[in-house]
Amino acid sequence: MNGDGRESEGGEEVRGARRIPGPRGAADDLDLASVPLPPLPPPGGTAPDEAVPDQSAPKPERNEPEPPAAKPERDEPEPPAAEPEPEESEPPAAEPVPGPGPDLAPAPGPDAADGGPADRSPEPFVSSAPVDLPHQVLKALLGAWALSACSAEETAAVEDHLTGCAPCADEALRLRDAVGLLHTDGSLDLDPTLRTRVLDGCFGRRPARIPVPEWAAPYDAETARLDALLRDIGDSEWHAPVRLQWFEEERQVSRRTSVAGVIGHLMAVDGLLSAALGLDDPLDGGGAPLDPTERTETYWSATRRPPTRAVREPWRAQSHELIRTASFAGRNVAETSVSYGAFALPLQDAALDRAFECWVHGGDIADAVDYPYPAPSAAHLHRMIDLAARMLPGALAGRRGTGLAGPAKDLVTAGAPGRSLHLEIEGHGGGDWYIALDSPAAVGAPERAVAQVALDGVEFCRLVAGHISPVEAAAGQEGDREAIRDVLFAAASLSRL
Amino acid sequence: MAKDTAPRWDRRMQQRLARGEAAALGELYDRFAALVHSQAHRMLDDEDAADLVTREVFAQVWENPEAYDPKQGSMRSWVARLTHRRSVQRLRHAAASRYETEHGEGAVPDPEELERRVRSATSAARADYIVSSMPVPLREALELAYIHRRDYRQTAADLGVTEDEARRRLRLGLQLLSTASARPLEGSAPPGYGRVR
Repeated sequence: MNGDGRESEGGEEVRGARRIPGPRGAADDLDLASVPLPPLPPPGGTAPDEAVPDQSAPKPERNEPEPPAAKPERDEPEPPAAEPEPEESEPPAAEPVPGPGPDLAPAPGPDAADGGPADRSPEPFVSSAPVDLPHQVLKALLGAWALSACSAEETAAVEDHLTGCAPCADEALRLRDAVGLLHTDGSLDLDPTLRTRVLDGCFGRRPARIPVPEWAAPYDAETARLDALLRDIGDSEWHAPVRLQWFEEERQVSRRTSVAGVIGHLMAVDGLLSAALGLDDPLDGGGAPLDPTERTETYWSATRRPPTRAVREPWRAQSHELIRTASFAGRNVAETSVSYGAFALPLQDAALDRAFECWVHGGDIADAVDYPYPAPSAAHLHRMIDLAARMLPGALAGRRGTGLAGPAKDLVTAGAPGRSLHLEIEGHGGGDWYIALDSPAAVGAPERAVAQVALDGVEFCRLVAGHISPVEAAAGQEGDREAIRDVLFAAASLSRL
Repeated sequence: MAKDTAPRWDRRMQQRLARGEAAALGELYDRFAALVHSQAHRMLDDEDAADLVTREVFAQVWENPEAYDPKQGSMRSWVARLTHRRSVQRLRHAAASRYETEHGEGAVPDPEELERRVRSATSAARADYIVSSMPVPLREALELAYIHRRDYRQTAADLGVTEDEARRRLRLGLQLLSTASARPLEGSAPPGYGRVR
């Protein structure tokens, strides 16, 4: 439970409950004797909550119109017999907490604990005769009383009752102490790098008999990272608008969806890998399209609108199942072909491609809900860059076929070093790649480099993801201009919805 | 929550861990890391120490998955107990070494004071655990009343329940929570973490 709209899901982690402070010391307990008494409520029918207007600056929430139900309890007398007795659902009785004597008062609210204005601090009823409520009604009010969540009149009635009813007084102390265990601490996000450290530590002590294959590690890490972000966002943030960007027909295009829509997109395309591994395709029934864009559109149009956070669980179950199945199949499936419709990738590259997409869209989501989202680990980023570099000669050839890239200038025999562009990636995950310019069959080679492009690793990935245009890609450039232009545009053309 | 204390998930997870499935450990981490880390952090109030406890707890589970006994409760409560035990060890150790630094080698802190600290840290961590495990309707009611400072009538309106029900939820929620301060028996798991051995 927390106040910022972030909610833990499924209750599997205490994240959602991080509002509980250590018990307060006695000094924090509200001692009635030490609290200046508020002025008596003005006579008449003033709403209870407005009885002491000058005590403190009321919180905005408290100024919201009271629900019409705020009439005093006595107007709706409840026959004690009709009151469901909660006894049977009570927790195993804890031993009575030795409470500090007679200072019975509701625990101060969070503001009081911080020393802030305690606008909900008890409004001790001074002397007028408390409303006459039956024992059962007062007992049922104890929780609300301990939380300072009832009217001044009810508070007074409860407190009056406590002086004469020992069982209620015992419970009142216990519940008031329990309020002291609640807290409003801010959230504490888990360091995303902790996962790798924890798992590596475990495998150092007891090696895994069925390891996650090396090629699936980036997908494992990126899906876990995105999942941790999703766990931390609130219901409403799932509907935050996200603009997906990519590069199509030589220009940047975009499509609007929501955070939940992005997860649906990831799930729909990840389903290609599921199918390749013999698992259920999330787009059920045969004949689901292979093309990632068509799959996504199919999924979006079939899904109940608008998609909600409910999409997280099937997405996560699918990614866990993929990783698990890949672990058992291991090497045997690394080369299994995964068709994307217009092209195909061996499973190990497809898993890397999905890890890349997961990171890119994780970043889109993080932007939409204003969260930080760092780049993948250097090792994983390096492999993502490598995949893009390996795909570039094929993309260049495809573009040449449609006249979008310049003609081949020097065809060499297959496997021989051909004219190359030196792609120098700096920083995190960086390295040197030599892109064969004239044919995918040629081999990129330093001695045949005719141009050089220097780019930051994350910038290069943003280019490949269609998040920056090839013209914008602020690159150090040297050599054959046409080769540079062709490669940068080919890199952008690797992007898709 | 019912769905993640489902014994089937717990037993299957235990088998997969025993089999040495790395993917299972990853899933276990994804499910419980936030629980372990926040519990340890609540006990120790130190990020690095909480990281360390997290590593120790998962290592312990990974090395000895057969130590989990589904008859004793959910895997979640087992993991919480391990976390509690490790955190108490670390708390005692840290207190002792800090005391030695301040008062010279061989000096020992007042055992009663130390026990008080362990107890209060335990109550705080257990209360977190209880809130995270309590039925959602109770948690929502407490959240509205405590964090959003709604009175019970507003809470009832927000939740779309009767005022009777709102009062009942607030009282039940606090009753559950109040078990957190029950004093644990020496060396045993506190009641908040499920059945005591």
